[in-house]
Parts: sequence; C-alpha cells; structure tokens
Amino acid sequence: MTTKTPEVSPEARFAPRATPETQPYWDATAAGRLDLPRCRPCDQVFFYPRSSCPQCGSIDLEWVTCSGKGLLHTYVVSHRPAPGFPVPTVIAVVELEEGPRMMTNLVDADPETLELDMPVEVRFEQRTGAAVPVFAPVPENAGKEVAR
Amino acid sequence: MSREVVIMGAAETDIGKLPTTSTLELHVEGARRALADANLSKDQVDGIASVSVPGPIQVSHALGITPTYVDGTGVGGSSFLFHVRHATAAIKAGYADVVLITHGESGRSRVGAPPYPRANDSVMAQFEMPYGIVGPPTSFTVPARRFLHETDNTLEQLAEVAVAQRRWASRNPRAMFRDEVTVDDVLGAKMIADPFTLLMCCLVTDGGGALVVASREFAEAHGSDKPLVHILGTGEAATTPLISQMEDMTRCKQFTLSSQAAFKESGTSPADIDHLMIYDAFAHVPLYGLEDMGFVGRGESGAFVADGHTSPGGRLPMNTNGGGMSYTHTGMYGMFAIQESVRQLRGEAAAQVDDVSTSLVLGNGGMFMSAATLILANQP
Repeated sequence: MTTKTPEVSPEARFAPRATPETQPYWDATAAGRLDLPRCRPCDQVFFYPRSSCPQCGSIDLEWVTCSGKGLLHTYVVSHRPAPGFPVPTVIAVVELEEGPRMMTNLVDADPETLELDMPVEVRFEQRTGAAVPVFAPVPENAGKEVAR
Repeated sequence: MSREVVIMGAAETDIGKLPTTSTLELHVEGARRALADANLSKDQVDGIASVSVPGPIQVSHALGITPTYVDGTGVGGSSFLFHVRHATAAIKAGYADVVLITHGESGRSRVGAPPYPRANDSVMAQFEMPYGIVGPPTSFTVPARRFLHETDNTLEQLAEVAVAQRRWASRNPRAMFRDEVTVDDVLGAKMIADPFTLLMCCLVTDGGGALVVASREFAEAHGSDKPLVHILGTGEAATTPLISQMEDMTRCKQFTLSSQAAFKESGTSPADIDHLMIYDAFAHVPLYGLEDMGFVGRGESGAFVADGHTSPGGRLPMNTNGGGMSYTHTGMYGMFAIQESVRQLRGEAAAQVDDVSTSLVLGNGGMFMSAATLILANQP
C-alpha cells in the first residue's frame, strides 16, 4: 500500500497513505480497531502516532486498542462540497476516553441536534485508500443497564 | 552597545485581482517600491528574507542582489513577522546592515504559483485531510464553537468582529470590500462552515509588499525623509501543525508566548499600545488574540469588540486597514498587517487614527500553528 502510485481522482486528495511509523494505526483501522501508541513511563496514550512520547520523549512505547468511546469536543458543519463527501459534512474534534483528541467526521447525526460533550463512538468507513475512523452519537440507552 | 533597528522602507504592490502578474513579480515589484520608499538602491541591500516559495534566492537573483544574510523561514502567514525579528537580531549582531523582506502571492489568480499539493503520507494528509477539509475555512474554524462555549462569548459578538472591521474598510479606498454591514448581514450571509458565514472568512486576493529593515544609524545616514518606525520588541512561538492537537482549543498558546516576549523586550504592556493589528484570517482569531495577549480578560473579547472599542473612535483601534476579511488576504496576510502598522505610525494611513505612537502586530501562521508579535513605535 505504501508504495502505490498516488491516485489522481478528486477523492484521492483526501486519501491517507501510511508511513512506516503510522502503518500499525492504519493496519488496525482496516481490522476495525482504533489503536494508538501508549508511553510506558508516562502511561499516556497519545495522538497522532509517532516514534517518541510528546510528553517525556521516551521511545518505550506500546500500541493499545482504544475503547472507541469519546466526547464531541467541537465541530463545524461544512456546507462546501468536498469530492466524495456528503453536504453538509460535520468536521469534528473528538476527545477519546483515553485522553487524546483527534479530527474526525460525525456521521449518522442530524447536524441540528449535536451538542458539545455529547457521547460518541467510533465507526470505520472505507474511503479511498484506507478505513477511516469516524464517530457517531451513542444511542440514548447505550451503556445503561437495562432493567428487567 | 546594542544597535537600534528600524523599518526604513515599506510598500505594497497593487492588490486584488492581478491575473497578469506572477508570484515572483509581486515579490520583485514590492521590493522595488519598498527600496524607493527608503530611497535606497538594490546594491545597498546585503540581507534578504522571504518564504520558501519562490524563495529568498530566487527573489534576490531576480532583483540583482547578492545577499550575505539569507532567511527563508516559512511558517505560514506569520513568516514576515518572524523575518522582522530575525533581521533585527542579525542587524544587532552585525551580520547585516540592510535586510529586504519580501512577500508576493498570486493567491487568487495562481500565476506562477505552486499548486496546493499535500503528499498523501504527510501527517496532515493522514490525520486531518481525510475528513473532507477544504482548506482553511473548514479547519481553522473548528475550535470556535468550543471557544464560544467555554468563554461565553456569543455568535453575535463573533459577527461583530466582521462588522467592526468593515467600518475601517469603508474608510480605505484600497480595501476590496467597503460597504458597511450589520450583524444580521453577517449572520445571514452564505454559510461556509457553520457557524462561519462567508463574511466571517477572509478574502482570497493577489498582492505583495516588502519591508526594508536596517540599523537606525544606517537609516539616518542613507535613507529617505520618511519617519522611521522603531522596532521595540519582538517574539515568536510555534506549537502544532495540526489544529486538532492544540493544547487547549479555546486559547492560542503561541499568541501568549510571542506577545509576552515582545512586551518584555520592549518594556511595555497592553495598556501602552495605541493601535493593534491582529491577523484575522477568520472572525474568531482577533478574539483569541485580544484575550491571549491580555488586552482583555478571559471571555471579555466579544463584548469589547461589540461595544465599539476596536472600531473607528474606539480606544483600541484594531485592524484599521479592514483586515484580512475586508482589505486583502493573499494567503499569507502577515506582511499587510505590518504595512498598516507602519502607515499608522508614519501618519499616512487611509483611515488614520490620531496620536498613534505604539502599534502591536500579531501574526498567525497556519491554523493556530505559529505566531509572532512585533511592537513598533514612532520614537526609539
């Protein structure tokens, strides 16, 4: 994948291509997991994947699989069409349960009903070049014990 | 003894739509005008600074200058403030006597300009672009909703930034948009990236400009009779290339760091500043700037602008050329912010403010990526 000649379609502009240090991230998304590096000395999970801890500089890292749960930190609703994207597109920053924040899209949501800090959960959408992590609102009753 | 450093020449090219002028030619034309403004010949220049495209060597070669001091710092639209800071240090160190800083960008017409490619394996292309970000209007805007939420500034106050700056633009014949607008006009304009309408976003224009920075001693011995603009203090900082990785989406750390350095070096505080230029790619950026530099308290920026304090007649005139939202914005606006400070300090601005003796310029680069601050004055 990493040596593929870049495509020239309009959608290719939005197609991520892994580098050696980010390959495990994209391998995980292809398998339906959100994996991020964790610094063993700091016990911090960080985004985006890189070869040393941005907090302490350690290279003693391991990959962990995130829960995929987070909160909607901020967003805009883009009314400008990007090739291959719905209009409007919700461009958002999600704060993961593990701490770091990441850029993403909010999907399966009415833009009018979004609220900051609402719970969201990860999904993976096959886009040009990669499986991309996006987030959707958690249904009202999700995570709650259902009384029987 | 430390050498005092001044801006002895400053000029812009024509601005707006310039479909027959190349990027390089905009640099060259800006440079010729700034040298004429300083009453210098090209052969008196020994330093050159410019962003990476077309680059300081191409610009100096086109002009017929052989520099012995070269700065190619390219950190977005704040780069020219970085160049002023670096030139000041170089002149104080004796590495150069006269540094020419050039900007030219065919932002609208794209003549002799590179495309905007981003390698698909760059960090930004992997972790932000896949979400349908169509340039700055859909990424620079993303933190704003969080900012409004946490600071209690309102959407109407965000619109007031565009309203206030249009008041200045209406007084400036060179401004691209000059009709005054209301909050309702701003909120009712075409939606770009909700909550940002078209009138809260910057222009896309062609244009250029240049500065001649030199020691005061050199300027007094060789320059024109134009008033000298004294560089009292400077600062610079950078944080993240990815806007989603801001440490706090409601504060711009480099605005604080760079301004604190400039205030310290100049021995001034916000209360000493008569005139303010804050890089306004989008309407929220001046609000961050006012708060993060300490001109107002946390959450007070929106009301400050809405109450007219930055408008004509207000106590802190801000973005008096009309700013990037109404005057011009080639893509890297920083040069134009410096130019307006120079004009105000010389007393030659289109919308001249009375009694401007100190002016602060805050430059932003990228999407809250880098920043630099200049504190300029009409006296040493």
